[in-house]
Amino acid sequence: MSPLLEVNGLKKHYSLGRPLFGHSREYVHAVDGVSFHIDKAETLSLVGESGCGKSTVGRAVLRLFPITAGEVRLGGERIDNLSAGRLRNMRRKVQVVFQDPVSSLNPRMRVRNILAEPIKNFGLVRSRAGLNARLDDLMKKVGLPADALNRWPHEFSGGQRQRIGIARALAADPELIVCDEAVSALDVSVKAQIVNLLQDLQRELGLALLFISHDLAVVEHMTHRVAVMYLGKIVELAPRHELFARPRHPYTVALLSAVPIPDPKAKRSRIILKGDVPSPINPPKGCRFNTRCPFVFDRCRSEEPELRPVEEGHLAACHLNDQPVSESQLRGVEAMARRIW
Amino acid sequence: MALLEVEDLQTHFRTPDGINRSVDGVTFSIESGQTLALVGESGCGKSVTAMSILRLIPEPPGKMAGKIRFMGRNLLDLSDKEMRGIRGNDISMIFQEPMNSLNPVLTIGRQIGETLRLHQGLSQKEAEQRAVDMLSRVGIPEPTRRVGEYPHQLSGGMRQRVMIAIALACNPKLLIADEPTTALDVTIQAQILDLVRDLKTDIGAAILLITHDLGVVAEVADRVIVMYAGRKMEEASVPELFANPKHPYTEGLLGAIPRLGSSLRGATARLSEIPGMVPNLKKQIDGCLFSERCYKATDICRKIAPGLEEKAPGHVAACHYASKEMVPA
Amino acid sequence: MSTIEVHSPIDPSKLAVVHPLPDVLEPRKSRRLLIGFFMGHPAIAVGALLLLLMFCIAILSPYLGTMDPTQLATWKRTRPPSAVNWFGTDMLGRDIYSRVLYGARISLVVGFSVAFCASVVGLAVGLVSGMVRWTDGIIMRAIDGMMSVPPILLAITLMALTRGSVGNVVLAITIAEMPRVARLVRGVVLQLREQPFVEAAITAGTNMPLIIIRHVLPNTLAPMTVQATYICASAMIIEAILSFIGAGVPPVTPSWGNIMAEGRSLWQVKPYIVMFPAFFLSLTVLAVNLLGDGLRDALDPRLAKRV
Repeated sequence: MSPLLEVNGLKKHYSLGRPLFGHSREYVHAVDGVSFHIDKAETLSLVGESGCGKSTVGRAVLRLFPITAGEVRLGGERIDNLSAGRLRNMRRKVQVVFQDPVSSLNPRMRVRNILAEPIKNFGLVRSRAGLNARLDDLMKKVGLPADALNRWPHEFSGGQRQRIGIARALAADPELIVCDEAVSALDVSVKAQIVNLLQDLQRELGLALLFISHDLAVVEHMTHRVAVMYLGKIVELAPRHELFARPRHPYTVALLSAVPIPDPKAKRSRIILKGDVPSPINPPKGCRFNTRCPFVFDRCRSEEPELRPVEEGHLAACHLNDQPVSESQLRGVEAMARRIW
Repeated sequence: MALLEVEDLQTHFRTPDGINRSVDGVTFSIESGQTLALVGESGCGKSVTAMSILRLIPEPPGKMAGKIRFMGRNLLDLSDKEMRGIRGNDISMIFQEPMNSLNPVLTIGRQIGETLRLHQGLSQKEAEQRAVDMLSRVGIPEPTRRVGEYPHQLSGGMRQRVMIAIALACNPKLLIADEPTTALDVTIQAQILDLVRDLKTDIGAAILLITHDLGVVAEVADRVIVMYAGRKMEEASVPELFANPKHPYTEGLLGAIPRLGSSLRGATARLSEIPGMVPNLKKQIDGCLFSERCYKATDICRKIAPGLEEKAPGHVAACHYASKEMVPA
Repeated sequence: MSTIEVHSPIDPSKLAVVHPLPDVLEPRKSRRLLIGFFMGHPAIAVGALLLLLMFCIAILSPYLGTMDPTQLATWKRTRPPSAVNWFGTDMLGRDIYSRVLYGARISLVVGFSVAFCASVVGLAVGLVSGMVRWTDGIIMRAIDGMMSVPPILLAITLMALTRGSVGNVVLAITIAEMPRVARLVRGVVLQLREQPFVEAAITAGTNMPLIIIRHVLPNTLAPMTVQATYICASAMIIEAILSFIGAGVPPVTPSWGNIMAEGRSLWQVKPYIVMFPAFFLSLTVLAVNLLGDGLRDALDPRLAKRV
């Protein structure tokens, strides 16, 4: 059986427009060859820092813009080149929850109309009574009172708005929900409510989630598998336990060690990366991480490492995982990884 | 005498639909060299408290009451001119969004030098030299080249370093950091926290750290105050608060955070939720402000607002039930 | 680690309680909705009141002690203000008070018609330009071209091609003012189309026309209303200028611009002929601008910051 979502060699380059002088156009390599899949009822998380292209991947899956290269398959069928009419039917299966609870709801529509929109568009109910029953059911699912339907978005708090956003995504009866930083803007206590709600809904409805986040702790809590992105590429992809216990890419190790842990007694060694993320207009030659990597060696500057299996289901793109690398270097990453816990 | 003593600070705002009691009776003090964290969720009054200390609250619609004693002087009694002499000199501030707090048309050298010339009367040349020193002190590579650059030429992390350099230029006695790492990526946040920890030991200033992130608190603060709905709910040393939270709100906050590494310690448990949401501060609430969401709340809590009480040495909390816990024999 | 909750009965007299603090701000009585709104937005209140006054004058002008504003009476030319002719008479002996009051009709009709027409046309152009990307370049260059000519010159040129009537004046000023609305709406639309709620609507399978009507259009109305008030004020002034230089409504029609044009040559000896219509024009434009400023503050949450 084919996986629910398959992304192969996805690329998205934005043109910066033709410069006034000179002839070469400049491109932002937002996403530069990303492949992954998501099974039914599975959560895959995309993590990385701002500008790594994780949101662009999510929006490409949602078909919010045409992609530059590669293919996106949903249930085995290619959706990146569908015509508008065929696309509509596919849209029902992939829905989205955005980060900002304020701008993700139209301020001039009542909650009822916001939620009825996808239901009516996809013809999911036949009668008015059916619509009402479905709306009430959605409110119950996301834990809002039924009278919330007749109110305006501005009457709700951030957490409640996020619940409305989730209800809108559920209204279309989707198979996959793209959660683009869906809990990042929320306060701690509300974030916990929404994280729990998403987990409950996933279990109850058998949903697949593409969970895009910069927050590794939330990701660890939510996910089945994790893909770590850096400068438009996936550098490591592994099941949750594998990735958090035995990271095989120095960037993953650095990310993990950088997260502040709410425990003053935790004594962790920390890898502090030097410098900033390079520009995605001119990504570094060779390995894209070579400018900040604490383990960099000559080969990293000339040859780009491929994303390849290092263990069953565990992929990483780092020369350190290759055989010819000296034992001491290999021990370096592993030792680092061990010491951060 | 403590460096800063805030006593019964009240900062209220008049709004079209009532008076918002953003900060309502907050008392605390900071000693030199100490890092105090104000932690809480949005709308709890932590940022308003910081702005009040610097007297940056617009009046109207705001109004402050209480006492803010800085080195023995009540800041609320000072004239605007005297206050300007304190801001940026004795007390300086780092903001969340460095891009908005830097002037885009001045070089960063000018911006660091400005405060020095204004407050310490340095000449242009001395100020420039100090600016270079400050930049290298906050870990900016090639400081002599960077002083001539403009804010837009720097990355977010670099800009925050420049903000810190400006804030530290006059050797302030109190540094207020309002969510200094919230807008930054996690690897950059680690760099900045590292810098703050290093500087903390060698500047000797008191730091008031405002944050919503208990992880950041655990990393850099000595003492911590938990705020909720404009009031102080709990105060303790950092190790004590994390090990032994007394207030149900603090307990709830700690339980609601997903922990990194949780999957390594077996199956991840469900996060504990704090039900409901923050009360409307424009309404008069008689009892405990947290009672609506508290699992321990009884009728007494809903009627009588609990005052702050010492529950353990150096550990205060505002909860009727917090002190009633005892370990069974 | 197990701890036991001991909910022993609490002795209320031993509880630590919050010591009461005084009110920092005196509570104000909350007012009824409408009055409260006007108290909070004095600019809207004053602007609306003045404008209402002007409307009353325009509608009720026959009943406000006026005489026929077009009636010539050469025997009582250029009389100063008196009990009979409150604002005096002009060179042809017409009663200036009556002409000024009737003139309010022209100004208001022109101002509001232009505001309405320019908004509707500008909205349509702006929406198309903002939503249909390939039209954007063509439309915006055309708009740029129109905006490179000052609106007043454009209006004069257009009036030179046709004969003076209220309808033609409205048309000319509408064409001259429309680009400003179109520009504004396009800017707002370009921001809106990036908003998550619009992207969510696309994901929810809503087609483009519905997205425009349901999600984009309603959110452009607030800034557009504000812009419309400024256009209304500007149209009144342009109308007066057109009439003043003889390119507007026919000279017999009482319009503030016409009255001023007639008094122009007598400005040094009989300044009141120009003063009265000028005063009314300024007052009306001020009222509309006040209303616009008030609306902008009330509708734009970023400017009317509430803590």
